[in-house]
Amino acid sequence: VLPAWSIREDEKRAVTAAAGLPETITRDWAWGGSDGAGVRVCILDSGVERGHPQVGELAESWMVTGEDGDVVADPEGIDLAGHGTACASIVRRTAPGVELASVRVLGVGSRGSGKELLAGLRFALGRGYDVLNLSLSTSRPDFLTELHAIADAAYFRRTILVASAHNLPVESYPWRFASVVSVGSHAVADPLVFYANPTPPVEFFARGVSVPVGWRAGGSMRATGNSFAAPHIAALTARIVAKHPELTPFQLKTVLSLTASNMEVLQ
Amino acid sequence: MTDPTGGRLETALAIGALAGEDDQAALLQSVVITARAIFAAAATSVLLVEPGTGELTFAAVAGNGEQELVGRRFPPGTGIGGWVVATGMPLLLEDVRSDPRFARDAARSTNYVPTALMASPLLYGETPIGVLEVLDWLPHDERQLEALDLLGLFAHQAAIAVRVVRGAAAAQRSLAGEDAELGVIARVATRLRALDGARRESGMHLMTALEEVLT
Repeated sequence: VLPAWSIREDEKRAVTAAAGLPETITRDWAWGGSDGAGVRVCILDSGVERGHPQVGELAESWMVTGEDGDVVADPEGIDLAGHGTACASIVRRTAPGVELASVRVLGVGSRGSGKELLAGLRFALGRGYDVLNLSLSTSRPDFLTELHAIADAAYFRRTILVASAHNLPVESYPWRFASVVSVGSHAVADPLVFYANPTPPVEFFARGVSVPVGWRAGGSMRATGNSFAAPHIAALTARIVAKHPELTPFQLKTVLSLTASNMEVLQ
Repeated sequence: MTDPTGGRLETALAIGALAGEDDQAALLQSVVITARAIFAAAATSVLLVEPGTGELTFAAVAGNGEQELVGRRFPPGTGIGGWVVATGMPLLLEDVRSDPRFARDAARSTNYVPTALMASPLLYGETPIGVLEVLDWLPHDERQLEALDLLGLFAHQAAIAVRVVRGAAAAQRSLAGEDAELGVIARVATRLRALDGARRESGMHLMTALEEVLT
């Protein structure tokens, strides 16, 4: 008898990879020619404004209602703050082919309790999106355990959770978890420049200063904050996943770090 | 002579003497005026979260809107201030395009449509209790991360002001008898303090006897 979580020799299955990983991972191999088509990206935020010219088609729109965590369709596609629309516009510009969805976890009456965030994340996992963009976090310790479990569940089912680091030096989650792709900002005005961080918890830095974005009520502006760095990595992730759907989250992180702008491969 | 209240009420009395609602208003006004001067901004404001309803209320304003905005309320979770409070994250926005719908929304809420706006949460521990906003500072198109850092420092100062004054207000409520449990003791302590000579000595004997009975 084997211990729990063991495998018998005759039970083992082959792990498939379309063409294996090349000896050298290049940006061209990783996402060249891919616009993210076929990949479903979900923005968990203040909602995404349907019909905004910088967002384009919104495939699905949902909202968490109240603290009991019910999720219902939001056919009108309303964004009451503007932030979710901004994140969606960055993803659309960087990965134009993706299928965009929105789960509104902040809306009228939202006081950032964290319960809506958990409900939204659970729902998004259930919908089977490929990439979740979470440009917010919670510092409530009472939700830590459950949030951790959700982040791990996403990791094991190959849903890539991209989370922005907090802009202030406070303890917050889920960006600090190793199971997510965490993103902070750099000030270079190039959406394809991103850095791998040799000293985590933040693992990557992407464009987060003066980023052109769409905003609610048909608006547009330039925005600064880690919130706007995360969607750049979410979009690149979508382009990579579109081209290499067999990648697991840890392989995806390897590809991201090997294609980072500051990566120097020692020979 | 032993203080039967263990110094707790003395502390409350001292805090009560130091800060009140007027002091909170003055402290916050000082923060927004200083922030406006440092950033060379058209306007700065502090909005506080109403503890009961979660609404955001303008508590102090310097510059544009100074006269009419204080006291104006917004439902929780709406607008840029609502997002900052709900998430505890600061934001910096520039080159805000005055799309007619956006301009109408902004004008309805603040009577002013900014080209640039930054907002940082006032954190009580890890909990946002308000937001500090700066509109149209100069120059707003460079060194954005540094500007956000500086705004964060001001927001921290404003949060401390709110904490100190709210603590004092709680002590004052106790002394005023709104907190029934501590109110009785507070009122007795206040009267004891007002006594002198033999009457004070008798009063203290009575308190000591009461303490023995309760022990």
